[in-house]
Amino acid sequence: MITVETFNTHREASSALNDRTRFLAGGTLLMRDVNYAVPGIEHIVRSLEPLRTIRSEGDSVFIGAAATMLDVINARETAFLAPVSRAVGGPAIRNMATVGGNLFAPSPFGDFTTALLALDATIHFADGRQEEIETFLAQRDSGRRIVTAISVAPPLSGSFLFSKISRTKPKGPAILSIAVRLPSGGQEARIAFGAMGPTPLRAKAAEAALSRTRIDEQGIAPVIAVATEGLAPADDALASQWYRRQVAPVHLKRLLLGGQR
Amino acid sequence: MARKPISFTLNGNEVSIFVGESANLMEELRRNVGDLTPKHGCGQGTCGACTVMVDGEPQLSCITLAQSVEGRSIETVTGLSQGPVLHALQQAFIDGFAAQCGFCTPGMLMAAKALLDRNPRPSRDEVIEAISGNICRCTGYEPIVDAILIASGQSREVRR
Repeated sequence: MITVETFNTHREASSALNDRTRFLAGGTLLMRDVNYAVPGIEHIVRSLEPLRTIRSEGDSVFIGAAATMLDVINARETAFLAPVSRAVGGPAIRNMATVGGNLFAPSPFGDFTTALLALDATIHFADGRQEEIETFLAQRDSGRRIVTAISVAPPLSGSFLFSKISRTKPKGPAILSIAVRLPSGGQEARIAFGAMGPTPLRAKAAEAALSRTRIDEQGIAPVIAVATEGLAPADDALASQWYRRQVAPVHLKRLLLGGQR
Repeated sequence: MARKPISFTLNGNEVSIFVGESANLMEELRRNVGDLTPKHGCGQGTCGACTVMVDGEPQLSCITLAQSVEGRSIETVTGLSQGPVLHALQQAFIDGFAAQCGFCTPGMLMAAKALLDRNPRPSRDEVIEAISGNICRCTGYEPIVDAILIASGQSREVRR
């Protein structure tokens, strides 16, 4: 029997976490496991704390972990992330799925996290600590911490690109997703892939190549040549790892060239 | 199994029930309340057959923890008609043969109602987007999209 414990705050809920508990956010991932009696879920912890606020603070935007994809679409402060949120599920899923929950979504889910990785987001936890998103993702599945907010610096206008490739449109899980922050105004190049590893991953060789080139077909050739270096896609019902490796450079090229090729 | 007491509004009526600790909303609406309109399709939030409205927004009842709707307002297809008078969406679905086996229909209707409540005159693309989380395996989507456009007082030839 699965038990459920409800706390008033994330900090209180955080103290109840252990190896046999799972934290319930929007429920879009955890409740499906509950319905299918996936082994290992014995105790669910949830919080009533309404962490849905999205606000600008200094150079960053703070997004409450319980903000939904719909909240992100509707907030002026997160307009740069609205196209990413729209790529997540259908309207009902977007009304339920949270930003915090997306950080823990297993591949091929987690498109929003792919975008946050390309934007160098910072993850804030209930115990008051914070961590860079890449560090967080590297140890995501071994940690037992509750996320309370994400902070991210909005990209310069026109410097953020996102694409989700799926078999069914407008809804469908990703064969892969790509988020790019072009180098400009002191911002370093970032290229993040979703569904190309157990968590969203940065393509660091491609980032290095992108940082010293111009954006045209000839200029990005070195970027495309190393696009999948360091990535670790898996076989699943949507695509084989071989297929993902073959098409990832093609879609990165299309994204960088604005769909021209 | 421990059961928890919750109260919520269902189609305008106050409901107080005991729910299973980890039970989902769809199970409780069907087995406990007796509202059979949310359908059990996939149980994983993929098909949309269990779509209801929670506080005016579409939500998938099969992946909604039942006890999380404490104090909230739930709408299902049961609340669409006013006695014998069908909702415009229901009438349009009948007139346009937008239901064949009918299994997806309750979810389609609730997804469509959520759309028309906030956007009374949607474009064809907006209708397609609104039902993009709802799978139909027999009617085909065109009659459903047409019916929603007609229920909004527009022609099925409305712009994309």
